[in-house]
Amino acid sequence: MKFLLRRLGFYVLTAWAAVTLNFFIPRVMKGDPVQSLINRFQGQIDQDAVHSLYVLFGLDKKQSLWQQYVDYWKEILHGNLGISFAFFPTPVSQVIKDSLPWTVALVGMATIIAVVLGTLIGTYLGWRRGTWADSILPVMTFFSSVPYFWLGLLFIALLAVTFPVFPASNAYTPGMTPSFSFAFLQSVVQHGFLPALTIVLSSVAGWILGMRNMMVTVGSEDYVTVAQAKGLPERRVMYGYAARNAVLPQVSSFALSLGFVVSGSLVMELVFSYPGIGAQLFAAIGAKDYPLMQGIFLVITVAVLLANILADVVYVFLDPRTRQEG
Amino acid sequence: MSDEALDPAGSGGRADSAGRAGATSRTTTRPVVARDDVVLEAVGLTKHFPLRGLRASGAVHAVDGIDLALRSGQVIALVGESGSGKSTVARLLARLYPQTAGTIRLHGEEVTARRGRAFRRYARRVQMIFQDPFASLNPVHTVRYTLTRAVKIHQKGLSGDELEKALRALLERVQLSPDRFIDKFPHELSGGQRQRVAIARALAADPEVLLADEPISMLDVSIRIGILNLLQDLRDRLGIAILYITHDIASARYFADRTYVMYAGKPVETGDSESVTQTPAHPYTQLLVRSAPDPEDLVSEERSGGRGEPPNMVNPPEGCRFSPRCPFATDLCRTTTPPLLQIGAGREVACWGYASRVGGGTDAIPASAQLPQLGAAAAPVTAAATTTPEVTR
Amino acid sequence: MSNLPIDPAAAVPVDTESIVESAVEGPSTDPAHRKKKKFVFVRNAKSITGLVILAVFVVLAIVGPWIAPHNPNDVSLDLLAPPSGSHWLGTDHLGRDVFSQLLVGTRSVMIVGLVTGVGATLLAVLIGVSAGFLGGIPDEVLSALANIFLVLPALPLIIIIASQMDNAGSMVIALVLAATGWAWGARVLRAQTLSLRGRDFIEAARATGESTGRIVWFETLPNLTAIIASSFVSTVTFAVLSQTTLAFIGVTSISDWSWGTVLYWAQANQALSRGAWWWFVPAGLLVAVLGMALTLINFGIDEFVNPRLRLAGMSAREMRRSGIRPRIGFTARVRNLPRTYAHPTPVVSAGVRSSGEPVATTSDEPKETVR
Repeated sequence: MKFLLRRLGFYVLTAWAAVTLNFFIPRVMKGDPVQSLINRFQGQIDQDAVHSLYVLFGLDKKQSLWQQYVDYWKEILHGNLGISFAFFPTPVSQVIKDSLPWTVALVGMATIIAVVLGTLIGTYLGWRRGTWADSILPVMTFFSSVPYFWLGLLFIALLAVTFPVFPASNAYTPGMTPSFSFAFLQSVVQHGFLPALTIVLSSVAGWILGMRNMMVTVGSEDYVTVAQAKGLPERRVMYGYAARNAVLPQVSSFALSLGFVVSGSLVMELVFSYPGIGAQLFAAIGAKDYPLMQGIFLVITVAVLLANILADVVYVFLDPRTRQEG
Repeated sequence: MSDEALDPAGSGGRADSAGRAGATSRTTTRPVVARDDVVLEAVGLTKHFPLRGLRASGAVHAVDGIDLALRSGQVIALVGESGSGKSTVARLLARLYPQTAGTIRLHGEEVTARRGRAFRRYARRVQMIFQDPFASLNPVHTVRYTLTRAVKIHQKGLSGDELEKALRALLERVQLSPDRFIDKFPHELSGGQRQRVAIARALAADPEVLLADEPISMLDVSIRIGILNLLQDLRDRLGIAILYITHDIASARYFADRTYVMYAGKPVETGDSESVTQTPAHPYTQLLVRSAPDPEDLVSEERSGGRGEPPNMVNPPEGCRFSPRCPFATDLCRTTTPPLLQIGAGREVACWGYASRVGGGTDAIPASAQLPQLGAAAAPVTAAATTTPEVTR
Repeated sequence: MSNLPIDPAAAVPVDTESIVESAVEGPSTDPAHRKKKKFVFVRNAKSITGLVILAVFVVLAIVGPWIAPHNPNDVSLDLLAPPSGSHWLGTDHLGRDVFSQLLVGTRSVMIVGLVTGVGATLLAVLIGVSAGFLGGIPDEVLSALANIFLVLPALPLIIIIASQMDNAGSMVIALVLAATGWAWGARVLRAQTLSLRGRDFIEAARATGESTGRIVWFETLPNLTAIIASSFVSTVTFAVLSQTTLAFIGVTSISDWSWGTVLYWAQANQALSRGAWWWFVPAGLLVAVLGMALTLINFGIDEFVNPRLRLAGMSAREMRRSGIRPRIGFTARVRNLPRTYAHPTPVVSAGVRSSGEPVATTSDEPKETVR
């Protein structure tokens, strides 16, 4: 219990640091976009919105920095992330709500596929080392070193342009309204195939290698030898004894990478014009849409923190040794 | 390096850079020590390790009040099973971590140093050999480097030829041919050779006390005798006091002058090795002695005496810690911890079974308490409480 | 059950009292062979390949601008020309020679890789080893610091920082990458240091009277060299991929040629749709080859660190030659391999573990993949 409490303390501290950093970002940036925005929309921004903007970006010079900081926290805790400049007058939280699910769904799904596939293949490769299986390794390292976006663009060129099997961009056919109809879902899957394929291909190698190494290490442990000596069927030993232990670090890594799902999808969404949160962030940076930028940054950080916490909790449950140690 | 250990006063006061008179390169005065003088003693040594983690409270009572006196030219064996606290005692004496309670005295002066120059001065007198010869040498350093560091720390100012001579002397003292071994890495040596290098490293400090934590447990059986003989030789020639920690009571008899038996962090029996092993007084010692396989007596009912397991060290049982396993235990044993009772010259045992035969042994307990009857298993009690106490209190 | 792995050292003579002199044989004891054993990871075919490829890139980085057939900025009349004798990789939309662009671009890629690698590794060593060794409050503070940096999304942060600067040159990018990329290595090193700290030889060094400084520098750090090396290699990979991505999305300075810049131009001008594969494909391939070389080096280090993996890395022929017959599921243990790391196990990411702490193998690191 003390252990988990300490970890929780860590995370609270990290969250605080992230929010504070977020607070300072627009204040150290050049230019005064809020003022120009207010000028542009003279009279069309109500007082509350103006006040929010002032507070969020500390451009109200009359207040002390500390007061601005406190106000910022107040706004954050109320879920008020401000109003987006580029999508004025849509609130930031709305923009995020619209784009986050796409990212999480696509990249999350692709990551899960990559992890499961990679772990299974890695288990098999690790178990049967010394055979032809080992020659796959150099090929896999090649794929894992390829820049993701490059692979994506190549796939687009091959499978969307030259041989138009899949659509080249967007999350669903433009013009369709989102619903749970079969047609819509089919369109979503179709559009999501290429991005997902690229993600899986470029990341699966890492999982395979990790699992393989662990399987090799665990395979030489005595308890595996005993299990085989007992006469258990090979499959049972491989999964129940070797893989069960080898998978522990994979689980941690997986939980952590969930956090990176949100933050690392930026380039993928650019390449495939996928309306996810990464693309929004990039557009926001370009358009100097500070509220949106801050809001997305915060969401990403919180997501990574949550993933870390999940990783810790899962690991404590999976590995009985940790329950006794400090 | 024959008798300098016994007459260090010849080197006089601090000999920093000037002290290069051959082997007497010590830099601090050492008191003149005759054989059998107490060099290092521990009084009421206690160590509790606080528990951290998911179970947040409590502590492991590794050692609970042990008195020990190491004398020059004597070997004291500390015998016990895993978890008895014997390794902890060694590390406490080596000042690798602080004790929870109790004092350690070197030549009568209390020792509190744990770092810096004060600790180095202490380390020059008290050295330690570890159990695992494969782990106690840094795998990336050669024997030469390891020994050079030890020499340089404790014999300041040596370099070049003199350093080389000192290194060779050290290796020869542990019966390793310098030419063959000085440039080897630990993984190129066998277990016995590594342990000899570890002993050489300890000797570089020219210590008065050697704490040997199960030095032969991890060695092949055929080499164990060699290491023990080496240690015996060091005791005889250099007058080093040796604390020999082991779980094997037979080697204690072979090697040690006195034996302390520990169980669950407390001493249960002390005495000279011959008596302790031949006529063990405490039921636990009897169990240890009986458990050694005797090729001449393969079938014996006595052998089935041991039941049970070592106790939980986080919450040790009240009363005598051996009572759950003891065939003679009574209610008294389970509620009240027996003190060390003197049953002979330099012989003590912590068992209520001897309380009635020792003067004042029953003072602390109610008159109606039932004492365990050891019967034929009891060791003979000689004229008690007339010998000099074990430890200066 | 007869195919138990053969122990190559089975013929070793038992070390008895009378032959104290004889060392355990297996590897020979003459100095030359011993030296080679120290660098056994270099003899691994994988790492040799990796090192050779890396060396080629380093050489190209140094001499690239001098041997390039054209100035990468020179426009010509051959717009979007496919590969030919005068333009080995064709030209771009302004008639500039793609091959020269890539050649010159190698330099900035290698510089960024190297500077980031050195910088981040230095930071990781400093913070990770200190945290592991000091323990207590300093450890908590440094770990919290590393955690904060790990949690912050690196790429968005870098983009924000880089977009603030008028001209984000290579050095700036490298420093920013180093400042955001050290945290993972620090965590791994801290775990390793914690595990080493409880080892007997460290305690023995203390018992001998060594000062803490010397213990850290001369006893602990030499045992960490393999981990540090692999962390360095991983960081270089991360830096190269990141820099390429940053250049691709247009964040870095356009006047600085790098592989990513080439891709930026290619994408901005619809290279693929126009069928100009020679413009787009080679840059990505270069990154992949460099990344692969670095990963191979890491394999070599991995196998050096973890003797069990070494067997896994041997080809079937090598194993037959050594007389080892691996059974499916068994990993035969070859005795007398250097026992630099007695308990190799994988990286544990999230929490703090006490002794028995696993050794990191590089392929477990989930770097933030830049997608």
